[in-house]
Amino acid sequence: MKIKKPRLRTWVSFVSLGLFFMAFAFVWDSITRTPDDAEDISRGLRTGLEMNGRLWKELYSPRRTSYATPPPSGKKPRVNGEIGLESPLDLSSWKLDLPNGKKLTMADLKKMPRTESSTEFRCIEGWSEDISYAGVKFSDFLQFTGLGNHSGKTLDLDHLDADLFPFVGLETPDGEYYVSLDMESMLHPQTILAYEMNGKPLGDKNGAPLRLIVPVKYGIKSLKRIGKIFFSDTRPKDYWAEQGYDWFSGL
Amino acid sequence: MARIREKHPLWLRSCHWLNVPALALMVWSGLLIYWANDEYPGFFPQWFYKSLGIESRLAEGMAIHFNIGWVLVVNGAVYVALVFLSGHWRELFPNRQAIKDLPGAVLHDLGLRKDAPAQGKFNAAQRVAYTGVVFLAVVEVASGFAIYKPVQLGWLAALFGGYKGARLVHFIGMISFCLFFAMHLVQVMRAGWNNFRAMVAGFELEEDED
Repeated sequence: MKIKKPRLRTWVSFVSLGLFFMAFAFVWDSITRTPDDAEDISRGLRTGLEMNGRLWKELYSPRRTSYATPPPSGKKPRVNGEIGLESPLDLSSWKLDLPNGKKLTMADLKKMPRTESSTEFRCIEGWSEDISYAGVKFSDFLQFTGLGNHSGKTLDLDHLDADLFPFVGLETPDGEYYVSLDMESMLHPQTILAYEMNGKPLGDKNGAPLRLIVPVKYGIKSLKRIGKIFFSDTRPKDYWAEQGYDWFSGL
Repeated sequence: MARIREKHPLWLRSCHWLNVPALALMVWSGLLIYWANDEYPGFFPQWFYKSLGIESRLAEGMAIHFNIGWVLVVNGAVYVALVFLSGHWRELFPNRQAIKDLPGAVLHDLGLRKDAPAQGKFNAAQRVAYTGVVFLAVVEVASGFAIYKPVQLGWLAALFGGYKGARLVHFIGMISFCLFFAMHLVQVMRAGWNNFRAMVAGFELEEDED
């Protein structure tokens, strides 16, 4: 359509631009609208985050690791949030609940191979800190406990198949804090059930006696004071995803 | 008798005007994210956050940022592709003449020099600014992805000197965008109606010389 008359063409163009802005505002409003009392973000924004999550899960490779940093020995790791740590806990009676009905003590965990790692740990708020941490690599943990596969077959990292549970859930002993992660990220070589940070046993507020450190995710996924680990075919509930954050939260 | 001279094709105007709400949302959601951890303390005073209602909206900010970001990436890619395909780059990129004319153009705009630079579609200062802002966009997208996926795109983060380096670049880029925008508004107002209408309707009116 070619309008020759400059005056008419100017009018049509400006009205079109106005309509475009109105359409944008309308679409934006319908994508982002939430009920007033909702803690979660709108369904439209959530759909977008889930699509992002699928894309980055597809592009994910366990060979890409978070870069190594010099271990900050002795420095106290930053504490951020005490959800799930508020109820008192007797460390001597602590046990890790597993889905096969077994309960592991710290002594059981210390018998498993120990892995040390150090890298940059990133909070979803935006700060990051170099940490070192030591404990049981999660893939080793699965091999030692025989967990992670539907059939009970021992995990073989070179031949992962549909036998593997797609989701892992973790909870604090009081159930106040809970996270869920995709199995691929849990099998990442830097994902560790840690009992030491920066060369010292875990402090109370850093998640004693056992916490998750998963550098391929924002810190919200690195649950402190683990009480329970379980596996699922559907996505278990996740504390921060319920509050409007991206469930995948992969880095 | 005034004559119509075509200036900006429809694709260029579409890209330009889609950028306006998308960029505004990107800067806004970026501020919602930035508030959660005041990485460069004192840059934004507390009243700034308070008066704009920026506080405690991190989840919302991230959700907006990582959705609208794709709109800008696609829009930017379409724009750059069409700049090349249409031959528009000949009028856009700073050529040798533009680099020679640049100091004069800047002095003219500051009111320190009388004679105006050669205009054509874009004068020397415009060529530099409009090409520069595209490069700025590329840096902003790259540093953004480096922060977004510092492990999966670790090579990209390394390019910026790591996670913290990428954050600094991303922040400076955002400020630069805002400064560009402010300058752009001032210059558009100074250039007048004929010039502004061209970005909406596509044409300028030229007086015939006879």
